[in-house]
Amino acid sequence: MPDNSHDIETHDYDVVVIGAGGAGLRAAIEARELGQRTALVCKSLLGKAHTVMAEGGAAAAMGNVWSEDNWKVHFRDTMRGGKMLNNWRMAQLHAQESPDRIYELERWGALFDRTKDGRILQRDFGGHRYARLAHVGDRTGLELIRTLQQRAITLDIDVFMECKILRLLKDAEGAVSTAVGYWRPTGEMVSFTARAFVLATGSIGKSWLYTSNSWESTGDGHAMAAWAGADMIDMECVQFHPTGMVWPLSVRGILVTEGVRGDGGVLRNSEGRRFMFDYIPPMFAAETADSEEEGDRWYDDHLNNRRPPELLPRDEVARSINSEVKAGRGGPHGGVFLDIATRRSADEIRRRLPSMYHQFKELAGVDITAQPMEVGPTCHYMMGGVRVDAETEQTTVPGLFAAGEVAGGMHGANRLGGNSLSDLLVFGRRAGMAAAQFAQGRTRAPAVDGAEVAAVVAEAEAPFGRDGGESPYDLQSAIQQMMQQLVGIIRTEDELRRALGELDSLSERAQKMSVSGGRAYNPGWNLATDLPSMLTTSRLVAKGALERRESRGGHTREDYPKPDPELGKVNLVQRIDGDGNYTLEPEPLLEMPAELKELFEEEPH
Amino acid sequence: MADVTMRVWRGDEDGGTFTEYVMPAVEGEVVLDVIHRIQAGPAPDLACRWNCKAGKCGSCSAEINGLPKLMCMTRMDVLPEGEPVVVAPMRTFPIIRDLVTDVAFNYTMARQVPPFKPREPEADGTYRMQQIDIERGQEFRKCIECFMCQDVCHVIRDHEENKASYAGPRMFIRFMELESHPLDTDDRRELLRERMGLGMCNITKCCTEVCPEHIKITDNAIIPLKERVVDASYDPVAWLGRKILRRTKRSALEAALDAPGQHTPTRQEQPTRPVVSATDHS
Ligand SMILES: Cc1cc2nc3c(=O)[nH]c(=O)nc-3n(C[C@H](O)[C@H](O)[C@H](O)COP(=O)(O)OP(=O)(O)OC[C@H]3O[C@@H](n4cnc5c(N)ncnc54)[C@H](O)[C@@H]3O)c2cc1C
Ligand code: SF4
Ligand code: SF4
Ligand code: FES
Repeated sequence: MPDNSHDIETHDYDVVVIGAGGAGLRAAIEARELGQRTALVCKSLLGKAHTVMAEGGAAAAMGNVWSEDNWKVHFRDTMRGGKMLNNWRMAQLHAQESPDRIYELERWGALFDRTKDGRILQRDFGGHRYARLAHVGDRTGLELIRTLQQRAITLDIDVFMECKILRLLKDAEGAVSTAVGYWRPTGEMVSFTARAFVLATGSIGKSWLYTSNSWESTGDGHAMAAWAGADMIDMECVQFHPTGMVWPLSVRGILVTEGVRGDGGVLRNSEGRRFMFDYIPPMFAAETADSEEEGDRWYDDHLNNRRPPELLPRDEVARSINSEVKAGRGGPHGGVFLDIATRRSADEIRRRLPSMYHQFKELAGVDITAQPMEVGPTCHYMMGGVRVDAETEQTTVPGLFAAGEVAGGMHGANRLGGNSLSDLLVFGRRAGMAAAQFAQGRTRAPAVDGAEVAAVVAEAEAPFGRDGGESPYDLQSAIQQMMQQLVGIIRTEDELRRALGELDSLSERAQKMSVSGGRAYNPGWNLATDLPSMLTTSRLVAKGALERRESRGGHTREDYPKPDPELGKVNLVQRIDGDGNYTLEPEPLLEMPAELKELFEEEPH
Repeated sequence: MADVTMRVWRGDEDGGTFTEYVMPAVEGEVVLDVIHRIQAGPAPDLACRWNCKAGKCGSCSAEINGLPKLMCMTRMDVLPEGEPVVVAPMRTFPIIRDLVTDVAFNYTMARQVPPFKPREPEADGTYRMQQIDIERGQEFRKCIECFMCQDVCHVIRDHEENKASYAGPRMFIRFMELESHPLDTDDRRELLRERMGLGMCNITKCCTEVCPEHIKITDNAIIPLKERVVDASYDPVAWLGRKILRRTKRSALEAALDAPGQHTPTRQEQPTRPVVSATDHS
């Protein structure tokens, strides 16, 4: 293998943003508008990041459909959905600033669906008291990413596509100063020096077998931050979306948007029963319909009726589906039935949910205007992540900022649908702003340590030099099978301990894997360089899950089925030290000010 | 179940050949699934792009049995049974490796489209638009940038030399999207005619046929654009009139205030990356 570590391509910027989903694009736009020389680096082509797949919409209390809506209601919904584990300040900023960020997209050319009086239309989603999701049919993510992408290219932001960052390196002062990676098309190494870095690398979902996430979601940003010594919080909080496709097997896990339920779809078991009525938790009983009739009336009259239980937060719905299937009331492929066909006209279904219609028709041969869909939980979203300051998205490592799915705190133990897209915009912008400020204030030019760079390069290249080792594909599939089985939607102490043991042996096996072929566009090798992040993030999830001896939001323990009020007051903070040792400590949540606490005392109608 | 034979193009800028892989058939699979199984088995370095596996990102375009298709949306059971499935990269773009092509051309062209230039918002700082007025624009914004329309367009498919002066159907719908945007105030018609090569399109409709989003590229974008470009010899009053007709509730005066100015295409090439030359891999 050519060793060009002493002489690698290097670029210097004020701000380097790693990740070109909604968060990364928004951060880069902000930094650039503040006059910073800005680079945007991403593993795929521009415009193809995970964000493009988002369907249902972006939550923002604009009050266009229900004028009763405002940031306080949104804030309250978000905190309750997150089982109060959220960073309250992030949830507040998010609720307050989301409307502006959506209107801003409109000024940049986005075309959201409209209300009759010409304003941005909003749709219902689980856990949101009012119809709140700005959307474009069921392809909102596409609209969002395209708008930001088109904005970014008019601003002279340099985009490095298909370029994977492997590691972040720090200078003598401990501030991040260099990112080392490689070009996927050529396999050549490349490094970036900058005064500030923004991580916006998205999710970790590819470590599970059934997931709505793409190949990119290997938790690179989570791992790179942890390796750089950043605090990681609540890594056990992984969201399993209740409705993924289950059949055919090859599409298992692909998402079925919550918009189907928001638009009237209901869940039934094999006996035809709307079983969600049997699973209404006390916390939400006051605001959930207890008869089908009331639930059905709610769609047209939110004020005098309560929402149907199909629109409970995702963790509740996912667990309920799991229980139904376990009780033997599932469908032929291990899911339950999501029925919109008998509830809305074929025309309306095709108009409101065009890509769902298309997806089932093409991939499963199911016509959703005539037949129910069979669905089941799929790994979907990472609530936990890099600990950040609410206002600036600065991590605990100087020079490093994080926004979007890679950052933790905003969503607590469970994210409400639609809150991610607006999160990307609100905190992407804030991260870009703070990174720009940090870059301007950083006087010393970032220094690169040649030896450290060489070590990163050597590690990445190592699998080429080994013969007869395991294939990275086999290892990836072993990780996925193991995480699905042992660190899935329902967890137990015994299984989590086994998972940690398995991770030890998988890590050892990864040390010996080998890859064949050249360096140019070699997916086998590319995958080999993703595995270290998958192993690290899987370990962080398993360790957090073991320590959180309660059930809260996306984290469900069979052996501790109830929330523990004491654990509800802490973040589980994990760190990896310089020698690779993992530590975990519970730390108290930020204290919520009294005027916000009040919002949780009054029960809504 | 029986086996399937996949004949996949393997190679790089210096050329290549089709390699055959015989794989067990699996119910319900799409072409991309079989490609993934080839990667996990006999050819770990087989290069292809994908992201969403649900027809939403436009990454996995390839020529399957000679036709541009998304690999993730092409079910194996719709292809002729018992015959090999031929999978080749898009031909219009330079090869990087195997099924992966260098689509930088499209990104470079995208940078030359003068940006959206909205009128002033209403007094409350937001905009009012009727659903009916945005539907045309929304049709074009469904584009997932799979670039298959660019791939089939004969103006550039076998004519590398035209690429410098031809934006292609993907960009034409982008122009039409802006042209039909109720809030936009810029006039890009001259640029479109002089620099984007609209005149070179002779409405064969091949682009429309391959669009996975069923965007009526020719009927709803290219033909109306051609009309607007020749129309009224650039009479700005007629052009503004049409903008106003789109019921944006503006006075003629308001519209005239931000009448079309001069535009220079934004420069900005992609950051450097060795660009490989085109090869005929047919
Ligand atoms: C099918 C689906 C539907 C969804 N629907 C909704 C919805 O309706 N509403 C909602 O609010 N949320 C929704 N979500 C969630 C939401 O889409 C994601 O949480 C969000 O898009 C994440 O955005 P991001 O900017 O953080 O990261 P992403 O969009 O995931 O982007 C990550 C970026 O980081 C880059 N990257 C990663 N690692 C590296 C590396 N090592 N080097 C360089 N670059 C790297 C990638 O290339 C990519 O550009 C949905 C998710 C899915 C999967
Ligand atoms: S109609 Fe025009 S743009 Fe479309 S393929 Fe034919 S020549 Fe190309
Ligand atoms: S217009 Fe259609 S064919 Fe062309 S790039 Fe967009 S989605 Fe693909
Ligand atoms: S993988 Fe996204 S369109 Fe095929």
